[in-house]
Amino acid sequence: MSEETRRFRVHRYKRGDGTERFDEFEVPVGPHTTVLDALLWIKRHHDPSLALRYSCLHASCGTCGMLVDGREELACVSAVEDHGAEITIEPLANLPILTDLVVEMNGFFERFPHAHPIIRSSAPPPGSHVDEAGSRGGEAGSRGGEAGSRGGEAGSRGGEVHLEGEHEVTLEPLPGPLPGPLHYHPLHHEHSAAPPGADFMRLEDCIECGLCLSACPVAATAHDYVGPAALAAAERLLEEPRGVKREDVLAWASRSEAVWRCHVGFECTRACPADAIPAERIMALRRELIFGDDDHKEHER
Amino acid sequence: MSDPANTELPGTAERRIPGPVHHKGPGPSESGWLDPRGRSHGGRALALHRITGLVIVVYLYLHLGVLSMLLVGRSSWSSFLSLVTAKSFLALEVVLIAAVLFHGLNGIRVAFVGSGLAVRRERALFWAGTALGTAAVIFAALHILGALS
Repeated sequence: MSEETRRFRVHRYKRGDGTERFDEFEVPVGPHTTVLDALLWIKRHHDPSLALRYSCLHASCGTCGMLVDGREELACVSAVEDHGAEITIEPLANLPILTDLVVEMNGFFERFPHAHPIIRSSAPPPGSHVDEAGSRGGEAGSRGGEAGSRGGEAGSRGGEVHLEGEHEVTLEPLPGPLPGPLHYHPLHHEHSAAPPGADFMRLEDCIECGLCLSACPVAATAHDYVGPAALAAAERLLEEPRGVKREDVLAWASRSEAVWRCHVGFECTRACPADAIPAERIMALRRELIFGDDDHKEHER
Repeated sequence: MSDPANTELPGTAERRIPGPVHHKGPGPSESGWLDPRGRSHGGRALALHRITGLVIVVYLYLHLGVLSMLLVGRSSWSSFLSLVTAKSFLALEVVLIAAVLFHGLNGIRVAFVGSGLAVRRERALFWAGTALGTAAVIFAALHILGALS
């Protein structure tokens, strides 16, 4: 039985080697093969050292973002059939490469200063303490947004939190009042990278994949630009403030390295797999800052 | 409570060493905005806007240099005029007009959309400007190269 194959050119880089190269692999593909399927096939059949990041396999976690033929895509939903006979796979642009196809996402999250009004301050309920949470600690520490969303769940239940039946977690009190307009109550685990009382971030309406930052032509040259995701999240807050002061959001967005740095390329909207329409949201922020009205909320492509 | 110093995973220290950063562009320089791969009309318009901006700046300096020939005398100016009225040189003038038109029309689009106006129509604005600019360049080319006279 004849099997169709595609040639994959895959970016390789290991810290120890210090040099970058492209390795080529012939991969058998079918009509429903995704780029992630192909990469995992390479990993299983050719080179187990190929490093890539993935998780949910359905464009929900945002971890498998990479450049497929120069275009930002989530590998798990990128069909091989939509590409040519030779497919080039590279890590996301504008972020430091850790290894092969994996980039350091801190470069994405660090664009959010601590004064960002969309960062929800994290606070366990007073009088609580951490009992047992080791297995979840790494997860919470590795992903701010994930931690934030879990925090909402934890906080809503008070000092004692029941997770998946058996696991009971009690939260530790933080010293002093917490800053910030909103108070979430995420879990602080003893294995978490974040110290107790550290803020977690939650980007609204966004899967935090970093594709917009990679696609943004401005982020390539302006390292202090906060980027489309942070600005889109700020505009999201104007639509649904939930206690956050509008003037705080607008003051943050009006800084030179924020909303005015955008050059209206709309590449972020094109790249966004979650339809968060970052470019339209940035323009809405500008309109609000220029004209002071917020009735231009109809976002369409 | 475990000691945080002992919970550091293997490779944590290595992670702190920054790895290479790729930019979507030719070569290692920060030319990400220039790379047309995987770009939509907006990204390509941005790149072309910057390139035409540079072209216009260079032209302005050339123009000032050329005008300074008037200080030298009539003969140098006359010989220069015979050069710039050659067909090949006039073709460069068409390129200059195309650059100015693109930069100006795209600038209007960017000013509107960048102010939060007609955001939903930014693509239509781009193509309308492109169509208008193309028509103007064709007219200018025919006029400059003498096809209309």
